[in-house]
Amino acid sequence: MNWEVIGSYLPLYWKAMLLTLRIGWIGIAFAILIGILVAIVRFYKVPVASQIAGVYIEIFRNTPLLVQLFFLYFALPRIGIPMKADFCGALGLALLGGSYMAETFRSGLESVAKIQTESALSLGMNKSQMVLHIIFPQAFSRSVPSFVANIIFLLKETSVFSAISLMDLMFTAKDLIGLYYKTSECLVLLVVFYALILIPVSVLGDRLERRVRHAEFGD
Amino acid sequence: MQNLGIDVLFKGTNMMRLLGGLWVSLRISLIAVLFSILLGVPLGILMSRKSRIIRAITRLYLEIVRIMPQMVLLFIVFFGTTRVFGWNLDAEVASVIVFSFWGCAEMSDLVRGALISIPKHQYESAKALGMNSLTVFVFIILPQTIRRLLPLSINLVTRMIKTTSLVMMIGVVEVLKVGQQIIEANRTSSPNAAFGVYGTVLLLYFIGCWPISMLSKYLEKKWNNV
Repeated sequence: MNWEVIGSYLPLYWKAMLLTLRIGWIGIAFAILIGILVAIVRFYKVPVASQIAGVYIEIFRNTPLLVQLFFLYFALPRIGIPMKADFCGALGLALLGGSYMAETFRSGLESVAKIQTESALSLGMNKSQMVLHIIFPQAFSRSVPSFVANIIFLLKETSVFSAISLMDLMFTAKDLIGLYYKTSECLVLLVVFYALILIPVSVLGDRLERRVRHAEFGD
Repeated sequence: MQNLGIDVLFKGTNMMRLLGGLWVSLRISLIAVLFSILLGVPLGILMSRKSRIIRAITRLYLEIVRIMPQMVLLFIVFFGTTRVFGWNLDAEVASVIVFSFWGCAEMSDLVRGALISIPKHQYESAKALGMNSLTVFVFIILPQTIRRLLPLSINLVTRMIKTTSLVMMIGVVEVLKVGQQIIEANRTSSPNAAFGVYGTVLLLYFIGCWPISMLSKYLEKKWNNV
């Protein structure tokens, strides 16, 4: 292990991590947004939109992100839809994540017992009050564990961005190994930087889960 | 009409080559699933015991797998270990090792979860009926565990198939790589081949994984109601 080499590589890895975080953050934010919208459409069985959402979920849940990115980045320009690599990465992550988040939120919504809505209505709440104050908080607290798992999954999936020539951590590591053959140093840094991204998320996720379990309602 | 480059697939043996590439990914995932079950089930049973040492070690193992992207593990095994230990590892063997390592962790966690989810009174009632530990396990615990476990482990198979698309990044010639080769070879005669080929690869993965996910969903629904 050569510490000088590690020191000289640090700035490169740091830059790569920032890119991973930037695209990951945007992708996940949109994934949550898509997930909520699609889950609501699915849960309330909005005609037509619900079927489209169903097809979307099945397609994106049953294909790998790598293949989706290849399709978005290399195939779509051929029919006249060119995209920049970082936009493509964020879009791919958002679409993949959206389909996972949608399923998570939908099963959260489904887990709220019928008696809850009936009680809310009989207390004289109107529909929007009921949805906002009774259903959503409970649905969200039920879906937290798989929500956290999804976020970790999506952050891990960002490692395939290198395939569409985004200079992320994977790309940097592979590039440096190819250039200087300092394999061990490069891989150690790779592990350290991914741990730097994911351990805080994992710890925060655990805390959130514990906090929400503490706040669970009734049963 | 614009040429979508689908014609490339019907040239020569291109479609067969693509399917051959798909078989490579499937083979890796099936072997890895096999190892994951063989190693993951005993490990899961071990983890459901209340030993602190076992718990600490397995917790560390699961955390590593949970946090590290599979691609990083692939790089470590394929580029790292070969460098450090000086052995020569085939890319496909390296992928099987990594995916077994990953799958075993997932599988053992599923087994542990399923075993723990069985209420204590099931053990106690069986004991009260005069069954010994072995018969309790075989006739009472095992059937219930399998019901909870099967849908989830079928789901693991689809995740395994999807994740094996990564092996292309360490140089295994699987479906995506074959697609790339076909596109390169037909660059001049069919410049739009990328659309047809990558679209087909996407479709192939979907055809492979969708029925399995459906089966998992169906079993989950069916057995949850009982």
